Amino acid sequence: MRELRREHMLNALLAAALFAVPLWAYLVDEPFLITLATRVAILAMAGVGLNLALGLGGMVSFGHAVYFGLGGYCAGVLAHHAFNATPVLMGLDGTNQMLVIWLVAMALSGLLAAMIGALSLRTSGIFFIMITLAFAQMFFYFALSWPAYGGEDGLPIYVRNVFPGLNTMRPWNMFVIAFVMLMLVLALFAMIRASRFGAALMAIRQNADRVAAVGISPFGVKLAGFVISGMITGLAGAMMADLTRFVSPSMMAWQMSGELIVIIILGGTGRLFGPVVGAAILVGFEVIFGGLTEHWKFWLGLVLLSVVLFARGGFIGLLAGKERHG
Amino acid sequence: MADPVLELSHLDKAFGALKATDDVSLTLMPGEIHALIGPNGAGKTTLMGQISGRLPPDSGTIRFRGQDITRLSVAQRARMGLGRSFQISSLIPEYSARRNVMLALQARQGHAYRFVMPVRHDRRLTEPAIEILTRVGLEGRASVPSAELSHGERRLLEIAVALALRPACFLLDEPMAGMGTEGVGRLVTFLKDLKQEAPILLVEHDMDAVFRLADRITVLVYGRVIASGNVDEVRNDPEVRRAYLGDEVSA
Ligand SMILES: Nc1ncnc2c1ncn2[C@@H]1O[C@H](COP(=O)(O)OP(=O)(O)O)[C@@H](O)[C@H]1O
Ligand SMILES: [Mg+2]
Repeated sequence: MRELRREHMLNALLAAALFAVPLWAYLVDEPFLITLATRVAILAMAGVGLNLALGLGGMVSFGHAVYFGLGGYCAGVLAHHAFNATPVLMGLDGTNQMLVIWLVAMALSGLLAAMIGALSLRTSGIFFIMITLAFAQMFFYFALSWPAYGGEDGLPIYVRNVFPGLNTMRPWNMFVIAFVMLMLVLALFAMIRASRFGAALMAIRQNADRVAAVGISPFGVKLAGFVISGMITGLAGAMMADLTRFVSPSMMAWQMSGELIVIIILGGTGRLFGPVVGAAILVGFEVIFGGLTEHWKFWLGLVLLSVVLFARGGFIGLLAGKERHG
Repeated sequence: MADPVLELSHLDKAFGALKATDDVSLTLMPGEIHALIGPNGAGKTTLMGQISGRLPPDSGTIRFRGQDITRLSVAQRARMGLGRSFQISSLIPEYSARRNVMLALQARQGHAYRFVMPVRHDRRLTEPAIEILTRVGLEGRASVPSAELSHGERRLLEIAVALALRPACFLLDEPMAGMGTEGVGRLVTFLKDLKQEAPILLVEHDMDAVFRLADRITVLVYGRVIASGNVDEVRNDPEVRRAYLGDEVSA
């Protein structure tokens, strides 16, 4: 019980910090820092998506970048057609409305996750890891070789997509959008984890045979979890493309899938705010050490290794103790 | 005579050259405890696996409540009312005893796809869960993660989870294994009551318990049924004495 409260307090503190730092940067006019915080928020959101599959359901997807990238391309392609006033396909117009883009990104990512999940969730362990990786690589090479949207050069978004009532070109506004969306997604994650569905999903990670023996088909529950997971990561991808005003196949690369897994392990697998901490560490490393040495990923790898070896609950586990399900 | 709740006919299952189940037929009648005994490796767990749906038989059929279930999945069979306990305790390790039972209750209520209401304070789950834990004597341990329960407590929790399903038939695989004599005594009394609720197919090594509980006994050796009948018939069967019971009975 005490541990539970400790984690709640830690989470509140983290949320406050994620808001306070860019707020301060806004007041002293440091737009770079605001954009960094926005990056953390969006990456964290992508991580929350994966955390649902990996942390709650034990589905170690090594291909979640495919949803991230698909979301990114939704933003890029729709904006591209809106900008050029050409139809996307068969009379369907592009759009520069973020809200519409988000819905499209979530729908398509969910659909793709349903397809990939249906084909891969009968396997487990290393086979599941390899199959999800293979699917993601397939789409990566497809994006790379498809010239209509820039191929390997990627696709720029000349003017950031619009949000009702806010000028999204202002860094602070973009941050607020990302922050609010992250909080909503975190609330969704917490709600799912506490629900009957979440109870079944987490039980399947621990002992799928037992879950089947009480009459719940593990496959259906895992598939539903995988689809929601892909949708969230797809949404984050769309927002990331808007933040960087650029989408390229690298968003779908296996390195990106790896980074999402790293984010979760660093922060604490299955923990609500794990991805927030993980994303902050990742971006922090990139900024602080990326300027000093090209090998910042090596040092990040060392941190990751020590987390795996000495702090299995990640950063949240270190500070808030082991998770208790009650 | 009433119809059997469970009816196996001519089941076969081989692992490579090993015939783990060899032309096994048996029935489970309403209100009875049917004990399945046999030396280690006789194929008892393998047979339970085929009934619960974990292992597909090579041939033969399984009928449950009048329906052919040979091709149904584990989860489908559980939803039809097959409640099993595992020989090696198989629980949700991080979940408390209470939440293990709640999971079974939620499955029976048919609501795995509810995303909004939190389970922790859902009284349709917590209240019956405590009731069931009280029945098996685990109410004092309700909040302990199942991984931290003692061996005997885990055996009881296995039974509690099966109870929560309110099954039409219990499949219990060595529920008494590793329990002290006191625990065995209590479980014997408990199972005697339980059979009024639903018949029990019981795999058990403790012969004392089997003789006290069983209405019928089937003896399995090398995957084959070598004898089947009431306690006295099986006890006095010369083949059984030679193959399995040996001195234990004459002593
Ligand atoms: N999955 C399996 N693969 C190969 N052999 C198995 C498998 N499961 C059980 N066996 C073999 O089948 C025989 C019956 O095993 P089991 O059903 O566990 O016996 P019992 O429960 O009566 O002790 C044993 O010889 C065992 O080694
Ligand atoms: Mg056995």
